[in-house]
Parts: sequence; structure tokens; C-alpha cells
Amino acid sequence: MRIEPRESVSLAMKGIAPLMAVGTAMLVCSALLVWAGASPTQGWVLMISGALGSKFALSETLTRATPLILTGLAAAVAFRAKLWNIGGEGQFYMGAVVATWLGTGPFAMPPYLMIPYLFLAGAMGGGLLLLLPTLLKTRLQVDEVVTTLLLNFIVILFVNWLVFGPWKDPMAMGWPQAAPVVDQALLPQVLDKTRLHLGFFIALFCAVGVWWFMRATTWGFEIRAVGASPRASAFAGMPVAAVTVRTALLSGGLAAMAGVAELCGVKGYLTLDLSPGFGYSGIVVAMLAALHPLGVVASALFVAVIQIGADSMSRSINISSYIADVTTAVCLLAVLVAMFLTRYRIRWR
Amino acid sequence: MDILSFFLETGFWMATLRMATPLILGTLGELICERAGVLNLGIEGIMAAGCMAGWTWVYMGGDLWTGVLFAAFIGALFGLLHALFTVHLGLSQHVTGLGITMLAASLSSFVFRMLLPSATTPPKIVPFQPLAPPLLADIPVLGQILIGQTALTMVALAAVAVVSYVLYRTPAGLAVRMAGENPMAVEAQGLSVFAIRTWAVMAGSALMAVGGAFLTMSAFDAYYIGMVNGRGWICIALVVFASWKPGKALLGCLLFAAFDAIQMRVQQQSGMLIPYQFYLMMPYVFSIIALIVMSRRAAYPKALLIPFRKGER
Amino acid sequence: MTGPPRAMRGGPSCDRDSMTEPVLKLSGVTKAFGPVMANENVTLELRPGEMLALLGENGAGKTTLMSILFGHYVADSGEVEVFGRALPAGSPRAALAAGVGMVHQHFTLADNMTVLDNVMLGTESLLSPTRDTGAALTRLTGLMERFGLRVNPRAMIRSLSVGERQRVEILKALYRDARILILDEPTAVLTPQEAQHLFATLHQMVDQGLSVIFITHKLREVMAASDRCVVLRHGRVVFEAATAETSAGELARAMVGSDIPRTSRPEPRQGKEILYLDAITVRGRGATPLLDGLNLNLRSHEILGIAGVSGNGQAQLADLLSGLIVPDDGQMVIHGKRVHAPSPAAMLAHGVGRVPDDRTGTGLVADMTVLENLSTEVYRLPAFARRGIMNFKALASRARQLVQAFDIRCPSVDTPVRTLSGGNMQKLILARVLSGAPSVILVNQPTWGLDVGATAYVHQQLLDAAARGAGVVLISEDLDELLQVADRIQVMYQGSLSAPVPAAGVDRAGLGLLMSGSHASPNAATGTTARSAA
Repeated sequence: MRIEPRESVSLAMKGIAPLMAVGTAMLVCSALLVWAGASPTQGWVLMISGALGSKFALSETLTRATPLILTGLAAAVAFRAKLWNIGGEGQFYMGAVVATWLGTGPFAMPPYLMIPYLFLAGAMGGGLLLLLPTLLKTRLQVDEVVTTLLLNFIVILFVNWLVFGPWKDPMAMGWPQAAPVVDQALLPQVLDKTRLHLGFFIALFCAVGVWWFMRATTWGFEIRAVGASPRASAFAGMPVAAVTVRTALLSGGLAAMAGVAELCGVKGYLTLDLSPGFGYSGIVVAMLAALHPLGVVASALFVAVIQIGADSMSRSINISSYIADVTTAVCLLAVLVAMFLTRYRIRWR
Repeated sequence: MDILSFFLETGFWMATLRMATPLILGTLGELICERAGVLNLGIEGIMAAGCMAGWTWVYMGGDLWTGVLFAAFIGALFGLLHALFTVHLGLSQHVTGLGITMLAASLSSFVFRMLLPSATTPPKIVPFQPLAPPLLADIPVLGQILIGQTALTMVALAAVAVVSYVLYRTPAGLAVRMAGENPMAVEAQGLSVFAIRTWAVMAGSALMAVGGAFLTMSAFDAYYIGMVNGRGWICIALVVFASWKPGKALLGCLLFAAFDAIQMRVQQQSGMLIPYQFYLMMPYVFSIIALIVMSRRAAYPKALLIPFRKGER
Repeated sequence: MTGPPRAMRGGPSCDRDSMTEPVLKLSGVTKAFGPVMANENVTLELRPGEMLALLGENGAGKTTLMSILFGHYVADSGEVEVFGRALPAGSPRAALAAGVGMVHQHFTLADNMTVLDNVMLGTESLLSPTRDTGAALTRLTGLMERFGLRVNPRAMIRSLSVGERQRVEILKALYRDARILILDEPTAVLTPQEAQHLFATLHQMVDQGLSVIFITHKLREVMAASDRCVVLRHGRVVFEAATAETSAGELARAMVGSDIPRTSRPEPRQGKEILYLDAITVRGRGATPLLDGLNLNLRSHEILGIAGVSGNGQAQLADLLSGLIVPDDGQMVIHGKRVHAPSPAAMLAHGVGRVPDDRTGTGLVADMTVLENLSTEVYRLPAFARRGIMNFKALASRARQLVQAFDIRCPSVDTPVRTLSGGNMQKLILARVLSGAPSVILVNQPTWGLDVGATAYVHQQLLDAAARGAGVVLISEDLDELLQVADRIQVMYQGSLSAPVPAAGVDRAGLGLLMSGSHASPNAATGTTARSAA
């Protein structure tokens, strides 16, 4: 087997890569359905209708896509700068913790001030959380993959302590959860009788904003250059360490905003099941989008369809909803291969 | 009771060795992969898969030792997948590893749920029992510590010796180390970098899976989803702490487990003075500290993370 | 300059030809990398006991051809025969088994392992449960004795000098019973004296029955050391002759294919001092400093050549002037102003233009476009960005102008740099550097890997820049390049510089002595001491 770089990559091929990945994932998923004794067509029909088949289903999918867009953007921005932020989960919870802290009473504000305030504060919390591993990386060359992963466990234990300990809501009948945020902090519903909230549009706005930022600003240019070649960027006079720190603040902030959105838009109070792994799914979302901020919206919708659809399917026929996690994991691996094939060709001889 | 008196108790050392076992196996596995130049972030998922596979084998009626082999086999399979992607295609070792972890962990959960759909409380198996070989008991102190352990702990300790022997005293070990230092040197001497790295990653992954299997077949007797709980990531930190040397890896794992044992004792005795969550954070905090301490001295295998492509200009 | 005179060597090698079967035969070898034909229908023979020089410019396809022979690359078509038997493609293992050994230009050694480990790798079965280091040691010492290639077998590679490492590479081949030895640019990293010693060793091997191919682009080596020579140009064999029957001039014409493009050289002018390095010391991790009290004066209107064997601190000097490292001691003064906190940005602000040796890794962001790469040093200037928002229109029109002015061949300014040829990459870097009108220009190995046309272009740009009043520091391992372009030459040895000598009328052998650390002055007429301020 020999691997040769392709001279030119057509736009069509770039577009096909994620589709190939999705196709592979569906194939593997079908195999699992067959193994579990279900018909794959029936499974897929149930999944699609469960995710898109009604106004309510669609609203659930969009609600699920909201945090995924934000954590996906977080991963996309960081990975673009080759900052391997795997700490999205911890930053998500950090955002929710900060929003709970400030949103449960200390300040009284009207919603149009309260909501931006909480998002901003939450984002700062998440950004600062990622700052520690980032400084360890730029100062001491400590691998940020492991430190961000380890920090996830630390933050989740911290939340565990909060909801079992000092922040435990006495009105919650013994359930480990914090007191709900004040009404002014709740994100307004955008569709009647559904859970779809303003956060979805905030996430869309962020996607467009990040896209513009990466394309049009000097800071975005620096992030792209540093990610593509730290050495050449440093040689050209770019402040590589500062760029990495800025990237970290942006990435951590975006992941934390997902936490704020989920807290103030869906749950209303801090619990330990606020995130079914949004931070990790964000990595899949970002890779599936080839790290493109607008592509993140599409891939977040796709992952949301899989997750909501699998939930609904597992209720209808007797199949574990872990099939959604398997599918997204296969997606991640398949998109890696698909993107590789757009840049290289394999020759057998 | 005085904290220092822990160290005089055999119980403390027994606990330390027991807690160190999965870390020793995982760390050795990761060490082999990294010595060959491949970071294996699939470790967390591969340990989970080993956990599930070994337990399921025994639950389905297999015996314990073939269960361990089955777990190793499953681990090697995931290792093969990781090697195909990172070694043969040269894909990002970071992202592929995370993908392997996600796949292995979710697949384990899925399969477990499909095999046992109706189980409300996790069913149990009869795990490995503590050893009681007659001669061991005669060794003062050390014998007492070893006697309470199960066979898999002995396997882990033997693995340290075997891995160090193979790495430093055999032609294959030389080839593995060289593949992690300068793959061009391996290629120029007529060996296949791809084959060496693939075998190394598979062997390492098999060890990780056995480390996972220890959890369900020795430490506990049932499988819980999420029971690996970050041990894989800790192993990666321990490899750095051990400077990629098997002997130091053993030392690091024991030290780490000792800290863990101390904090559990302190926790029991200090009551509710400090919330238990903070004790549970300790292993992760220690791992980060270990990485910081070693950062200045870390002598990475030079070709770690760098894919080798034959005929690349 | 190299090797003992032909007459002094035993054995009339010229008589051996044609009667004996060739030990190695390449027939019709073709290899393309994308659109570039690296080798086209190459046919080549090596006869027993012969020293064959494979000659050609950088990029002529010499290394590719030998890599195909050794199995690193697989040819698109063509065949390799060793001792009358076809060699399977793409297998270094098969090449080694057939008795072919290769000494790579970039040594294939692991720094953190011993000489013995490096030699033994791959010589024992991977399934063997033990290593027989004792036997290996005996065998290795025997080979060292026999060929006079002494090196401590227990030493770590990282502690060896470049010359010693090359010996290990040769020993690796001999240890595996190589009958045919291929050396890729073996003298690139050696002083002239070391090179002479190497060729003496190779002659000794030929006398013991080995056959040798060495790759080079240096005519003098070919004339002094080879029995026969083959010239490659653009991947094709264009000339082949017994060395005794050809001349350096004929070989040069064959290599280049046409007359060498001439650079026009303006009259030297006496400029004022613009760059002053005073006792710069940079300590590395090792025991000896990387730069050791280095002094340098650069005047405007001049090109100052820095010669030396690679690894004597040239990389650190380049990094220093690029702002990538901060000296531990000493000071750097540009235009009378001391540079207090050196950084790439600070050097740019002081008017230093930098052309690094590593084009794709350091000079350019390979995955970004021509436009973006032309912008990396100016994107923050008020003309191109306001309040952090970039003006891509202005940057694009500037890029298009530069592409035209510097004749950078690319489909559009939005082409990724990765797809450009080496010459066009270098033009792009020159365009970026010279468009900033720098008063000090650092260039490190600027023509490495370029063809004659691109080389002449780069030289002309440097001469023009000097004519406009810039001072140029030209670091090069190629003495010919320095003698051709530089006004003054300083030799770098173990982190310090010799006193400068005028390039005109300099004594090549004297420079060679300085390169090996000898203190003799290369030009008695200047009357200066060899080592400045130490």
C-alpha cells in the first residue's frame, strides 16, 4: 500500500468527505440494528421520524443541537489553532456553575440585561478554566490533552459537591440539585408548547460570529496561521503564546456558553445530568464540520438527529440508546479517514 | 490514629498494591505504544472494553483465565484499529485516540445493555480469589502483602519484568524503541516501521484491556457503565511521570496508589470535615501535578506523534 | 582537493571495465512525484571495484534514483538488478540482503541510543529472545580495525561528531556485508580535510573489492576521487564518461545544460556599519556554548559570507538574527540602536529581513495561500488592518503586484503554498522580505535545492539589494556560492567566527583549515589573526 498526496482537491471532494463519514456511520449503525434483531429500515424510519417527524420532535432536535453547536464551535476554534481542548465537558459545567451562582439571586436585573450578563460571566468562567492547561502548555510544554481531560473529572466532582452540599436546594425533596435560577435569567421560549428557547438563535449567532472572526480579523488570521504552523508564525513575528491564550479564552468561553444555554434554557437549575457528554460530542461535531464554523451548525443538527432519534427509537423497539454514542463515535473515525482521502490517494501495488 | 502508622500496616500496602494493579497494566500498555512512537488516547475506552469483555466472558460461562485472554484479544482488536488509522494512514493520533475511546466505551455499554436488557442490579460473577501459595506466607511482611492479592496482580508485576526485559534485552524491543526514536533508521535497516508499530500498539492495547478486566474480574465482581472513570487518562500522565521506563512506571503507579490509599484512610477517619468529593478529586489533581513536575525533564520518544510515511519527500 | 592522486592508488581500475559483468544495473527507471518527473528512463551500471560518481545539480534526481535502488521509493517503471538478480521493488530489506548498503545524507541514526544498538538493529531475528551483543561487538571492532573507522561502540549517537556519525553509517553497511556502497552527498557535512580522509577510506574499500557510488554536486570531488562519472539533469542521464577522459568544464556544461546564467555584479562601495554583534554567547543544553563570544560587523552595500561545516553554530546565528533566540550574553546593535528584547517582531521593526533555510517549515505556512503567506509580516500595518479587521482587498492587490514583480509562478494568489516548486517558494519568501525594504538581510542556505535558474535569480536579488544599500549576511555551506557572491567571508567554527577575509583572491585550502578549527589565516595578505576576540 502506498499513500500519495493529491495535487489538487476539488471542492466537490471536500463536500463529499463528511457525507462519506455519515454514510459509514449509518452502515455500522445498521449492522448493530441487525445484530440486535431489528430491521435497519424500521430502525432508521423510527429514528428519523423520532427526530424530525413532528413539530415537537423537530423542536426537541433543535433544542439538543443548541449546546452541540456551541461546544462544536469551541472544539473547532481550538483545534484550528492546534490547541487540543478536550475539556469542553468541564467548561460546559463551569459555565453552568457561574450562571447558577450569579443567576440565583445576588443581582436583580431585567431579562435583557440578565441574560447577556450570565452568558458573558459564564463564558469568562469557562475561558479561565481552559487558561490553566493552556498556560501549562505554553510555559511548560505540558500536553493539554491529558490536563483538559483530567480537569473534566475535577470540575464534575466539584459540581457533585455543590449539588450535594452547599448549593443543595432544600425545596427539591432531597434530589441533588441546586436552586433554580431566577425567572429573569430564563431564556424565553421561541415555539409554543416546546422546549426550544432563545439559546438556539444565540448559538446560530455565535456560529456566524466565529466564522466572521476567523475570516476577517487579524486575531482570526493569527489563530489560523499559528494552527497551521506555529514555527512559521513565530518566525513571521506573531505572538504565538498570546494567540494560543486568546484561542483558549474563546474556546473555553464558547463551551461554557453551552452550559449557560442549557441551564437557563432547558433545565433551569444545576444538576449532575445537565450534560449527556455535550463536551465530548462537540469534538465529533467540529471534526464532522472539518472545523468550519458554519459547518458546525449542520453537523450539530446531524448529531442531534442521531441522539434524539436514537432515544425515540430505543423507546419504540427494544434497543439500547447507546447506539447513538456508537454512531457518533463511528462518525468521528470515519470523517478522519474521509478527510484523509481528500488529501491523499491510496495505491495498492 | 496517627497518619504515619498507616505505613506500618500490611492492610495499607495490600490496598495500595490492589489499587495500583490496573494502573500498572494500563501504564505499561501505554508505555509500549508510546515507545514505538504512537500516543494511544484510546486507553480509556480500551480499558472499558476489557472490563466489559472479561466480565461478560465469565458471566456467559467461560472460565476466568480465558476471560482475561478474551479481554486482551478485544483490546488488541481496538489497538489494531488505532494502528491502522494512525500508523498506516498517519491520521492525527490525538483525534483518532479519542475516537477509539468513544467507540470502545459506547460499544461496550451498548453490547452490555443488549446482552442484559432486563438487569436492574448488575449481575455478579465469581472473581479471582486471593492467592495463598504456601511458601509466600513465610516471607515476612512482603509475603503478607502479596498473599492478599489475586493472580492478576501477580500478572501485572510479572508484566513489568517482562516488558522491561523485552524492551531492553531483545531485538524486537530494540526495534520498538528505535521506531519511536527515528523510524527512518528502522526503515534503512530493512525492517518495517508499520509492522513494528502495529504490533506494539496491539500488544500495548491488550495489556490495557487486561488492566480494565482486573476491575471486573478481581477488584469487583460486576460491571458498571463508566467504571474505568478516568484511570486511562491517569495512566497517560503516569507514563510521562515514569519517563517512559517500565521500572519507574511501577514505582509511579505504586506511589500514586499509595496516595490514593492514604486519602481514603484520611477520608474515613476525618469524617465529614472535608467533603468526600475533594478526596475523589485527588487522583486527577496528582496526575496534573505529576505532569507539571516532570515537564522540565520529560524526554519524549523523539518520533512520538509523528506519522511515518514511506517514500515521503 | 580530495583524495590521493589517482596514480598512487593500487590497481589499474580503468582496465577493469567492459570485460566484467556489472554488479549493479538500473534499466529504464522512471519515477514521478505528481507532475514532477524525478527520474526518466534512467539506465546505469556499476562495475566491480569501481568508484562511480553520480553528479548533478540539486533536484536533478540523484537521491531519488538511489532511494529507488535502496527500496525507499518504488519506481513507476524500470528494473534494478544486483549481481545479476532482479531486486524486488520497495524493499530496503531485499536491498540489504543483496549486498547494497546506503549512507544517507540525513543520517538514519537514533540519537538516544548507542552505536552498537544502531548497528545491530535489524540484524537479528525479531523473534529471538536474546541479543548477542558480545559477538556483535567483536565483529564490529574487527570491521573498525580493518577499515580504520574508529568510534566508541558504547557511545550514544548524540555525543558523536558529524564525522563520527558518518563512520557509524558506513559501519552499519559493512556490518551487513555490503558489497555495494551508496553514499548520498557524503562530504556535505565534512571539512575538506575530513572529506579527503573519507575518500581515502572509500578507496581502501574499493581495493578490498567493494563497489561504490557516491552522489555529489561538487566537480572537484568527481575529478579527484572517481573512476567514472554519470551526470543527471532533470532526472535523465545526460553524460557518462571515464573520469580520466573528461574535464571539469565538460562536466559543468553537462550538469547545467547550458551556459551558467551570469549574475551582474555592481562595483563594491564602502558602506557604514549597520549591524554589530558584540561577544554574543548562547548556551545550549550541552557543555559547550552554541555561540561563543561571537563578533560580527556588517556594513551597508556589502554581502558578508558565513562559511563553515554545518553544526558549528550557523543555525543559532540565523536564529539570533531572526529573533528566535535571545543571547545569554553580549549585545546586538542595529543602526546604532541596541536590540534589548530580541524577537521576530523586534527584528522586523529594526529593519531586518530574514530568509530561513527551512522554507516549508519556518519560512512559510505551507497550508496557507500565497496571499496569506505574503501577508504574514505586514497584516497588522495600518494600511492592511483597521481596528483588528483585515483589509483583504489591499492585501490581495499587494500580493498580486509582488507575484508579478518577483515572477512567482502560481495559478492564483489563493493557491496553497504547499503546491509551489522550491524555487517559487524561495521567490515568495524573497518577495515578502524585500518588499519591506530591509536594511539588514539574513539569508541562510538560500539556494539549497534550487536549480541553476532559480539560484542565479536569488543571487541577483541579493546583489541588487546590496547595491541599494542593504547589508546581507549570507550563511552557506557551499563555498562556491560564497566565493561567487560575497564581498567578505568569515568562517564559523564551534560557535565563533574567524576574522573576515575579502572574498576576492581568497585561498580555498586556507578556508578549509579554518573550517576544521585550525588557526591558520586563509589570506596572509590581510595580516589579521584567525580567531577574532576570543
